[in-house]
Amino acid sequence: MVYYLKYDMQSICKRLVEEQLRDSGLKYSLLSTNELAINQIVTEELITGLNGHLSKMGIEIVASKKTMLVQKIKEAIMELVSLEDKLVLSKTSYHLAKTLNHGYRYLSAIFSEVTFTTIENYIILQKIEKAKEMVAGGELSFTEIAWKLNYSSVAHFSTQFKNTTGLTPSVFKKIINQRRKNTIENTI
Amino acid sequence: MTEYNKLKNLNNKLPMTELTTHVLLADDDKDDREDFIEAFKSLKMQTELQVVKNGAELMTYLNDPSLRLPHLLFLDLNMPKKSGRECLIEIKKIERLKNLTVAIYSTSSSEKDIEDTFMNGANVYIKKPAHLTVLKKVISQILTINWQYQTSGLNRDNFLLQL
Repeated sequence: MVYYLKYDMQSICKRLVEEQLRDSGLKYSLLSTNELAINQIVTEELITGLNGHLSKMGIEIVASKKTMLVQKIKEAIMELVSLEDKLVLSKTSYHLAKTLNHGYRYLSAIFSEVTFTTIENYIILQKIEKAKEMVAGGELSFTEIAWKLNYSSVAHFSTQFKNTTGLTPSVFKKIINQRRKNTIENTI
Repeated sequence: MTEYNKLKNLNNKLPMTELTTHVLLADDDKDDREDFIEAFKSLKMQTELQVVKNGAELMTYLNDPSLRLPHLLFLDLNMPKKSGRECLIEIKKIERLKNLTVAIYSTSSSEKDIEDTFMNGANVYIKKPAHLTVLKKVISQILTINWQYQTSGLNRDNFLLQL
């Protein structure tokens, strides 16, 4: 007697992918059978690693080339900002082009197309994010922060902070401190 | 079908992709709601907008575990029955809701109101613009920045924006 096996490919694939992802400890959600959202910072090594496991089962993670390039640009910007190096920050376009081996014009066009914003705005956003961490940390003065992030003066730093967040660095600091106090009071 | 069931139906049909920003608006003023919907139509980004008409309706929606939470909530400060301020405080006390990004949408521009809402956990404070063109610009600005927080792993605790 010969029996036939009936497969539901969709649920098999989903099951396989889920098993692999669960072991990886990633924060993820499967949006559909072929759409995977990774809810954490994604590096190229991470994707390569995952692909290594999945490829044994004939599954491959693909992102569009443009999205991957934008991801690389973002990583490079974060890296540049975290260096807190005045020389690097004064020539970001040069450093980005050099790191990513593409003309700046090309990088800039792809970035705007995918992210709805420009590289320049993204750099400002990242610098202000870094500034927010420093302000919230409370150990550095605004002058020191301005210096570290290559602003020509505290006034210039405060203006860009205000333009980006709508708040002055001091009001921001006040709010963050007050929120911390509230959280501490609520947990006690 | 009741209005709430209609909302529920729409929520269940929202596209399951991270590329779409799901926005919820809570405002009791009909004209303001219409302006907001109009401004949303001009956005370049993929968005889904849902609307509730008061604070009580908002809290029912947010506390319904069968509904997907929005990425971003626009909350009118002055609403009858349950005010935006009360909703905000309530939201921040509920574990499932406390990480929701809240944009306060108000006619007041008093420093006190602004600081007060930020301290209660709001991320964005917008003074309702008088002109539709300004409103379009403001909404687009907020969605662009929110998008960065959604996709670039920035620290949401530090997301404060006043426009």
